[in-house]
Amino acid sequence: MTDNTSAATAQTETVSQAPTFLPPADIYETKDAVVMLLEMPGADPQSLNVTLDKRTLTITASAKPFAPQGYTLVHAEYEDGNYERVFTLSELVDGDRIDAEFKDGVLRLTLPKTTPSPAKKINVRAA
Amino acid sequence: MLTDFALGGRWPDLARDMRRLQDEMNRAFGGFRLAVPAEYPPVNVWVGADGAIITAEIPGVAPDQIDITVHQDTMTLRGKREPAAPGKDGTVHREERATGSFARTLVLPFRVDSEKASARFERGVLILELPRPPADKPRQIKINPA
Repeated sequence: MTDNTSAATAQTETVSQAPTFLPPADIYETKDAVVMLLEMPGADPQSLNVTLDKRTLTITASAKPFAPQGYTLVHAEYEDGNYERVFTLSELVDGDRIDAEFKDGVLRLTLPKTTPSPAKKINVRAA
Repeated sequence: MLTDFALGGRWPDLARDMRRLQDEMNRAFGGFRLAVPAEYPPVNVWVGADGAIITAEIPGVAPDQIDITVHQDTMTLRGKREPAAPGKDGTVHREERATGSFARTLVLPFRVDSEKASARFERGVLILELPRPPADKPRQIKINPA
């Protein structure tokens, strides 16, 4: 599995002022699926977008800025922004059966593997 | 960065030097508004007339696994990030998310009304509302006419 982030970010240009973050990911593989866990704290579930184009898996989301009325930010260690990450899958994945669940700020993607089609023997006609 | 072996006679603390270098780099190239989060979880602190709101990014931790204590002007957050279990036949490709126990203590510039303090957990972000006790709030004093 390859991470195409640098290539992807070079092509896209962000219009909004909000910064774009690379969500840290855990990826593991079981017998019949590839499971990905991406940390996206504060991401709006409505904005979550997971697309699989051939073997390119793109995950984007954005977090609504948190700004309580009557309060001023006095100390900041993190920022609200957008999340984006692109992966190239090496396994053949069944795009119709991808399961995505967003819980407690972590997106869990389950990508079921497709059964490899059996090798087909081609008969050669002798001319 | 030079370490004098002869003078101190101690081994250089490589990890500490690396951290300091990282901090310096972050300060040099990073946005000046953001403090370098040396500790986990990263927090934002909002202060208003009624008290403070502390938000912390703790994705992947169940809300009931986070322990929050407030005592006078001190707030402590504790919890544990569990590793994702791939199962027996699973193979790990990438493990970028950190795991383990964490604890963080913040001292506020005022006392907190612990009875009225509240917390909620929204999509991996903990939002703590810490109001000031009414007796502690700044009071306006009128000048009596002479």
